[in-house]
Amino acid sequence: MLWPHMSNPTQTVDPALEAVSAARWRMAILLTTTMMVVYFGFILLVAFNKPLLGTPLVPGLSIGMLLGVLVIVAAWVLTWIYVRWANTHYDASLRGLRS
Amino acid sequence: MTSAIGEPNLTAIAFFGLFIVLSLGITVWASRRTRTADHFYAAGRSVTAFQNGLALAGDYMSAASFLGIAGLVAVSGFDGLIYSIGFLVGWPIVMFLIAEPLRNLGRYTFADVVATRLRQTPIRIAAAIGALAVIAFYLIAQMVGAGNLIRLLFGLPYEAAVVIVGVVMLAYVLFGGMIATTWVQIVKAVLLLGGATILAGLVLMRFSFNPLALFEQASATYGPGVLAPGRQVTDPIDAISLGLALMLGTAGLPHILMRFYTVPDAKTARTSVGYATAFIGFFYLLTFILGFGAMVIVGREAITKVDAGGNMAAPLLAEVVGGTPFLGFIAAVAFATILAVVAGLTLSGAATLSHDLWVNVIRGAHASEREQFLVARGATILLAIVSIVLGITFKGQNVAYMVGLAFAIAASANFPALVLSIFWKRLTTAGAQVSMITGTVSTLLLIYLSPTIQIDILKHAEAWFPLRNPGIVTIPLSFIVAIGVSLLRPVPSEERRFAELERQLHLGLD
Repeated sequence: MLWPHMSNPTQTVDPALEAVSAARWRMAILLTTTMMVVYFGFILLVAFNKPLLGTPLVPGLSIGMLLGVLVIVAAWVLTWIYVRWANTHYDASLRGLRS
Repeated sequence: MTSAIGEPNLTAIAFFGLFIVLSLGITVWASRRTRTADHFYAAGRSVTAFQNGLALAGDYMSAASFLGIAGLVAVSGFDGLIYSIGFLVGWPIVMFLIAEPLRNLGRYTFADVVATRLRQTPIRIAAAIGALAVIAFYLIAQMVGAGNLIRLLFGLPYEAAVVIVGVVMLAYVLFGGMIATTWVQIVKAVLLLGGATILAGLVLMRFSFNPLALFEQASATYGPGVLAPGRQVTDPIDAISLGLALMLGTAGLPHILMRFYTVPDAKTARTSVGYATAFIGFFYLLTFILGFGAMVIVGREAITKVDAGGNMAAPLLAEVVGGTPFLGFIAAVAFATILAVVAGLTLSGAATLSHDLWVNVIRGAHASEREQFLVARGATILLAIVSIVLGITFKGQNVAYMVGLAFAIAASANFPALVLSIFWKRLTTAGAQVSMITGTVSTLLLIYLSPTIQIDILKHAEAWFPLRNPGIVTIPLSFIVAIGVSLLRPVPSEERRFAELERQLHLGLD
């Protein structure tokens, strides 16, 4: 059982904290999975479909190079999404728990 | 083309001298502020998010990325970019899974987090084995790289270069601790990002600031193959294995993880990873321009003539587009880069030896502030001597695989135990301990049996293990071992402490 929020009810469990924790890990797992799919999708294309990646889109730019740049951009965007989410939702929930 | 590379270069020596004076000045300033173990290991937890973002980038962007990847792109085109991308994608993982929990749960090392609700002694020993293995291989790669690079760039003897790096780095860490190391990283990161940006700008100026014109020229001269995947990725499983090690290894590097303790709170840690990801991604995008720029402007033949591995591509490019003074500047930046990375590695090694092994294992967490401080400094001196000896021992040997090995151990030994300790309440002491040891031992064994050692280095006809990167076997193995051992022998008392850990994980120690 890899889900910490599905805790044994006999423990000293704080339901409010559990909810925050569950939301935090849902977001983390969703974004981690997305990053892995994007990156390993790219690697699998490199490994199995070299001709496709070598196809030029415009002179000087192959599909492979464009996708490579997009993987870097995806890393930026996913990181930015997490920071935005955490700064608004997660931090607000933590403030709620503290008070 | 004739090049000034390998001859003593006045500008290089002047720039490098300036960097040494500045960094030692920082060290003197930092030494006055380094009074306690908290200052020595964690810079008094006063580093801002922007500063830590730069310092993380500084710790991560080694000379191997700057010279090695630019060279790889210059020599093999697209294939080099696979590394640029692989080295970045671990950072979002650090952000989503590691940075904030680490800051809230630990004090100085990642073993603090794994040991939070488990038994100290077995966890600290197992974690120290993994951490020290990562640091040792990373250090060897950096020291040998430093010796070769400085010989090529400045014409200094190899041994002299290794000793200079060892002694200067020792001064930073010994006297200035984490405060000096952080500021040296920041200065180095600014120099490296600035130098690479100027170099890329000078390249693009020749192509009316259109990167596509540069790539088009590369493809016209060397064939369209340079823009497509080539020979580097022949075995798909090996490619995925390398990708896994690069991605998850980033989240298990002790000297990177240690930086999250230098900021005041988890929110700052979060923001700092955002900055680091932006800087590092930008830097690796620049390697596209630098690599193809060197390919087109310097030419492949001229690059491989100076160094068969292509490592001199970026300095040669600097010389062509900016003249000898700019070559001197870039050479000095490369030297500064190695110094800073070696300092970060040594500090994290010292924290493992003194905080994990001495204070928490040998002294049972009862050590005075003064004693902690003394032991940390003793460990620093020891590590500096070891790194100089290793650097000289491995002279002339092919150590390029050692950075990959360090990432593979970090991904297999450190990452699974760290993530499970944060996520999974049933993880037991035995599970974490066996996982960390399995990760280290299986990675070392499979690398030894791989074609890299058996065929390339020992010149045997065949290798026992087909993959060059063991990550695809060793990472799942460490997870399975941790989960299996924990489920076979549950420890209810350790599981009950998870609720407490979860609270501290989100709210910190308030």
